[in-house]
Amino acid sequence: MRIRVSHQTVYHYDSPASRVIQILRITPRSHDGQHVVRWRIDVSADCRLTTQEDAFGNITHAFSDDVPTDRLEVLVEGEVETQDTGGVVRGAIERFPSSLYLRETELTRADPAILAFARSVAHADPDDTIGTLHALVRGVYSEVTFDTDPTHVTTTASEAFSLHRGVCQDLAHVFIAAARSLGIPSRYVSGYYWRSDGITAQDAGHAWVESFVPSLGWVAFDPTHAMCANDAYVRVAIGLDYLGAAPVRGTRFGGVGETLEVAVNVAQAFQQIQS
Amino acid sequence: MADCFDEMRGVDGAIRPAYAGLDAWLRDLSPDLLDQRCQEAELLFRRIGITFAVYGEAESTERLIPFDVIPRILSSAEWSLLQRGLTQRVKAINMYLKDIYGRREILKAGIIPEDLVFQNQVFRPEMNAQKVPHDVYVHIAGIDIVRVDHKTFYVLEDNARTPSGVSYMLENREIMMRLFPDLFSRYRVAPVENYPDELLATLKSVAPETAAADPTVVLLSPGIYNSAYFEHSFLADKLGIELVEGRDLLVKGGVVYMRTTEGPKRVDVIYRRVDDDFLDPLAFRPDSTLGVPGLMSAYQAGQVTLANAVGTGIADDKAIYSYMPDIVKFYLAEEPILQNVPTWRCREPEHLTYVLEHLAELVVKEVHGSGGYGMLIGPMADKGKLAAFRTRIEADPKNYIAQPTLALSTCPTWVERGVAPRHIDLRPFVLTGRDTVRIVPGGLTRVALQRGSLVVNSSQGGGTKDTWVLDT
Repeated sequence: MRIRVSHQTVYHYDSPASRVIQILRITPRSHDGQHVVRWRIDVSADCRLTTQEDAFGNITHAFSDDVPTDRLEVLVEGEVETQDTGGVVRGAIERFPSSLYLRETELTRADPAILAFARSVAHADPDDTIGTLHALVRGVYSEVTFDTDPTHVTTTASEAFSLHRGVCQDLAHVFIAAARSLGIPSRYVSGYYWRSDGITAQDAGHAWVESFVPSLGWVAFDPTHAMCANDAYVRVAIGLDYLGAAPVRGTRFGGVGETLEVAVNVAQAFQQIQS
Repeated sequence: MADCFDEMRGVDGAIRPAYAGLDAWLRDLSPDLLDQRCQEAELLFRRIGITFAVYGEAESTERLIPFDVIPRILSSAEWSLLQRGLTQRVKAINMYLKDIYGRREILKAGIIPEDLVFQNQVFRPEMNAQKVPHDVYVHIAGIDIVRVDHKTFYVLEDNARTPSGVSYMLENREIMMRLFPDLFSRYRVAPVENYPDELLATLKSVAPETAAADPTVVLLSPGIYNSAYFEHSFLADKLGIELVEGRDLLVKGGVVYMRTTEGPKRVDVIYRRVDDDFLDPLAFRPDSTLGVPGLMSAYQAGQVTLANAVGTGIADDKAIYSYMPDIVKFYLAEEPILQNVPTWRCREPEHLTYVLEHLAELVVKEVHGSGGYGMLIGPMADKGKLAAFRTRIEADPKNYIAQPTLALSTCPTWVERGVAPRHIDLRPFVLTGRDTVRIVPGGLTRVALQRGSLVVNSSQGGGTKDTWVLDT
C-alpha cells in the first residue's frame, strides 16, 4: 500500500515567544516492508534543521529560532510504500541487544495490578512468547478503553491501567509494562496509521509496540486495535517509552498563551498513471 | 577497636615513622592550646562560609562540616602505591566506558553479564557510539579508599559521576597552614593548592576540536539549593571560570553559548555538577528546569565537551563494582594494584551458598539500594532480622551482594579535650586529561567522629581532616 502522510503542527502565542528549540522525531526510515518514497519537513521559522541519529537509530531534526514569533508551524509531508509482514519487523536498525528493552522506565513501571494482569494473560508454556503476546494485545484492548479525555502525555502505565481508559500512548505503555514484567523485551513505536473506513483526518499520530520473540525477532502489536501491525502502519521512531520516541520534544522561552493545532492526514496515495 | 590498624600506632602501639614528628608535637602541645586552635578553626570556616546542605533538615539549609585539626599522614611510599593504583584504576574505567558505549568487547567476552549493563538505569543509550574527545569519559574521579592494615588499601567505591569534596581538601590545608605554621616547619608536606590549575588544564585539554586556541570553560551548577553549591562557587572562583546555571546557557545552531552582558559567548567545555537526568529536558527528564534544552544535541555533534561525560554511572554502579578487578585485567592485562573489598555476588550460586552460611558475619547490600537502605549488618543484627533477610536474599539473590565487615583504620582525632582514635577513609581526586593523569597528593580524609562508628559521611556527623603526603 502506498500511504501519504501530512502532519501539520501550528503553535500560536498570544504574546510572542522569544526563543523556541525543538527536537523532532518525525522522519521514518526504510526497512523490510516499508519503503520511504519521499519525505520532507518544513519549519516556518528561518532556521537550520540539524539532522542527527539518536541512540535507537531514529532520525532526529533539531532547530532553534531566536526571532520573536507569534506563530510557528512544523509541516511534515511524505509518502511511504508498505507491505504486510504480519507484524514482523526485519531490516530495521538495531543498536542494542533486545535485553535493553527489558528496562523499566517511569512511564512503563509495572505496578501490582499490571503484574497480576500480565500473569493472568500469560500462557502456561513460558516458551510460547507469541501466544502470550497475542493474549496480551487482546487483554490490553479489553481492559483499557480508548478515550482521549482522562489522560495526557505524562500519564504513566499504572495510572492509565487503573483508569481503564487512555489513548494509544497509554495502551502502548500498559502493554510494554506488562510484557517486560513477563521478561519479554518490548519497545514503544510512534508512527502513523491508515484507517480503512475512509476517514483520513486525525488528531494525532499513532503509537503501538514491538516485542521481541526469539524465533521471529521484533513483532509489532497494536493494543489500540488488538492486532499485529500490517501495511496500514508507517513506523517512524522507537524508544523505551513515549519520551524516547516522541514526535516533538521542545521548549520555549517567553511567549504566553500558547495554543496548539495538530492536523494529521493519512490517506492512500494512488499511483499516477503516466499518459 | 583493638584489632584496628591505627595510622599513627599501627597495631602494636609503636609510633610509625611518618607520625614521629606529629607525635612529638602533640605531646609538647597543651590541651588548652589545641582546644583554642580548634575554636579558631571553626571560626575561620564560618568566616569563609564553607558549608554544606543537609537534605531534609528544615531548620538550617547550610551546616558547617566538623574539621579535625590533627592531620592524617601518608608516607611517600604509601602515596606512590596509591598513586599507581589510582592511575591504573581510572585508566581502566575510561577504557571500560569507551568499550561499553562502543564495541562492548567486555560483554562479548562474558566478563560482565549483559543484563547488569543494559537493564541498568545508569547505562545511557544516548551515549552509544558517541565519540568523546580523546576517549576521556571520567575527567574527575573521586575514589574512596579505606585501609585495613599496614599494607592493604581497599577501594570502597568509585565515584565517576560528579564527585564532590575537593573544596574541603583545599580549605583544610589552608586553615592548617594558618593555624599551625610550626607544624609545617617540621614536615615537608606535598602541596595541594595547585589543584585548581591542574583541573583547569585538564578541562582545557579535552576541549572539542572546534574550540578556539584558549577554550572557554564554565562550571554548571544546579544552583543554591544543591548540597555542594558552596563547592561549585568556590571552584569556579579558584579556576577563574564562570559559574553558570542552566538558564545562563543556550543552544543555538548546535552550539552552546553563555549569556553575557556583551552578548552570547561560545562555551567549549562544561564542568557540570548537574546529574545526567537533569542536563537536558529535551533528552532526559522533561520536567528538569536545571538543564539546558538542546545540550545533548550539541554534545552529540561534538560542539561541546561535558566533564564528566554523560553515562559514567555505569562505571561506578554498585552492581558493576565487584567486576572492577576483572575490568582492570581485561583492558590493561595487569594485576590490579588496589584491591576491591572482597565481594560475594549472590547471583552466583556458590557465592550465595557462602553468604547464607555466613550471614551473621557479613554486610549485605542491595545492588540498587543506596544510603544504607535495605542493608544488613550481620554482626549487629538479631536472629529475627537475620532470618528475615535470609528469606529476602533467597527470593531474589540477584539483587544482593555481600562483603565482610571491615576494620577501617583509625587516626588520632581531637575529641572533647582528648586525643582518641577514630575511623577514617580517603577520597583522592584523579584528573584525566588529553594525555595525562594528574593526582594532587592526598585527597579528602573523612573521619567518623562517634567512637567506634564506621560512618564517615558528612550528612551523618562525619568530619574531615587535612591529608598530608610527605615529600621525602
